Amino acid sequence: MASEVVLRRRRIQRIRRGAMYGIGIAVVVGFVLFADWETIRRNFFNTEIARDMLPEVLTVAARNTIIYTALAFALGLVLALVLALMKLSSIAPYRWFATSYIELFRGLPALITIILVGFGFGIAFDWKIPGGTLGKGSIGLGLVAGAYMAETIRAGIQAVPKGQMEAARSLGMSPSTAMTYIILPQAFRIIIPPLTNEMVLLIKDTSLLFVLGTTPASKELTKFARDFMAQNQNATPLTVVAIVYLIITLPLTYLVRRLERKTEAEKR
Amino acid sequence: MTAPPIEIKDLHKYFGELEVLRGISTTIQTGEVVCLLGPSGSGKSTLLRCVNLLEQPTSGTILIEGEDITDEDADVDGLRTRIGMVFQQFNLFPHLTVLRNLRIAQRKVLGRDTAEATRIAEEMLARVGLSDKVNEHPSRLSGGQQQRVAIARALCMNPDMMLFDEPTSALDPELIGEVLDVMRELADDGMTMLVVTHEMGFALQVADRVIFMDGGVIVEEGPPNEVLRNPQHERTKRFLRAIEIED
Ligand SMILES: Nc1ncnc2c1ncn2[C@@H]1O[C@H](COP(=O)(O)OP(=O)(O)OP(=O)(O)O)[C@@H](O)[C@H]1O
Ligand SMILES: [Mg+2]
Repeated sequence: MASEVVLRRRRIQRIRRGAMYGIGIAVVVGFVLFADWETIRRNFFNTEIARDMLPEVLTVAARNTIIYTALAFALGLVLALVLALMKLSSIAPYRWFATSYIELFRGLPALITIILVGFGFGIAFDWKIPGGTLGKGSIGLGLVAGAYMAETIRAGIQAVPKGQMEAARSLGMSPSTAMTYIILPQAFRIIIPPLTNEMVLLIKDTSLLFVLGTTPASKELTKFARDFMAQNQNATPLTVVAIVYLIITLPLTYLVRRLERKTEAEKR
Repeated sequence: MTAPPIEIKDLHKYFGELEVLRGISTTIQTGEVVCLLGPSGSGKSTLLRCVNLLEQPTSGTILIEGEDITDEDADVDGLRTRIGMVFQQFNLFPHLTVLRNLRIAQRKVLGRDTAEATRIAEEMLARVGLSDKVNEHPSRLSGGQQQRVAIARALCMNPDMMLFDEPTSALDPELIGEVLDVMRELADDGMTMLVVTHEMGFALQVADRVIFMDGGVIVEEGPPNEVLRNPQHERTKRFLRAIEIED
């Protein structure tokens, strides 16, 4: 009796799966048959235009993307560590400040922060953040990244068992010594995967820096592609930078997965 | 005459509305081994944790070697180097090797140089019989070995006294003996010890005095032979009967 029901359910499942495959294949075949391949090739995969982008797409644009990301990440990390410690502080005003900061910058679109840092200060105080796009862009992005990473770091610190702090303190370590040598090293092991994820998000967010009106030397990938598109009235530059983005981000996402699996294995 | 290592006077501790310690007074003399027992929730851990200020007493005084630690200006970190603490869950630092576990506080708190800290660490490891584990990571040790490393780590600070909070409760039965042996040797060497434990054999053989606590007060105390074999109070009798049945 029971096995008959199971058999019937299996058959239904098999039919359903077959139907899914069928639909999928039909869509692909239809696309292959009816798409205008020549137009697609000319507009998205134009090798001549792609070749024109070299080497600047790598030596200038990709390089700038990486530099903006690295600077913003470094700034964000320092900021996030300070905010996380403030948020865990026993001094209430520190906690309030950290909470307000985190909620504010996570609640706003990153673009608003970038514009604020890029132009707002200049207009308001007649004082510009030095370093051009590099300075403004990294600071703007770093301010936002700090807010997100602060929550990650705080969670990591709190994931370290309470007994660790107690053991450290009972050996006579001051709170800061215990934090530096006992708690943070363990917390960072936990949060390296999520922090790497933040870095991937940051890489993509550097595309927002186009609003800062970059000069030829300070263009990052997206701005570079847009300008190239406009010049050539062709979408191939988008394909090229998409590939470059993936070359940068995919290894990182892969790394995150490996690290996560490793921490999982260590837990067991 | 030097002051006793631990002197507790009318200690009260509240967690919110809950009064966990309700007027504890006792003095522990140099070289004395005191076992603290009582039912779960009677406040044993809280008492121990008040002695090195992991918990802040609500009222009363605790004198460590004559120094009032409940005073606001007390040097808490300095005080803690004089009091070794051993936890039920060992609390070794999992990211550090055994050697580094034993060295880190010597370096960062006592300011010893690496060579000296290493020498003392090795000496203490030998004392707990684990010299061969010096470069191991804690996670690769058995529970009994971890607890012995934890004891060695505390000893590296040259404490004048040691607190143990159920040091063998998290261990498999066959590993309890090795930890108790180390503790017995410590006692023989004259260490002042305050031990929360349900190991009756240890209390009978090693303790100079047993304190039975219930409901946040000391119900009775005295030499182990008297308190454990011939308890005067109904609560003590009931507790000891319950423990015997468990064993
Ligand atoms: N941090 C805390 N906050 C609130 N209540 C607490 C806290 N620590 C302990 N308590 C409460 O205080 C009482 C005494 O706890 P304590 O840990 O001192 O008991 P114990 O005698 O060590 O018990 P056990 O044998 O279970 O370890 C318990 O009711 C416990 O729930
Ligand atoms: Mg306890």
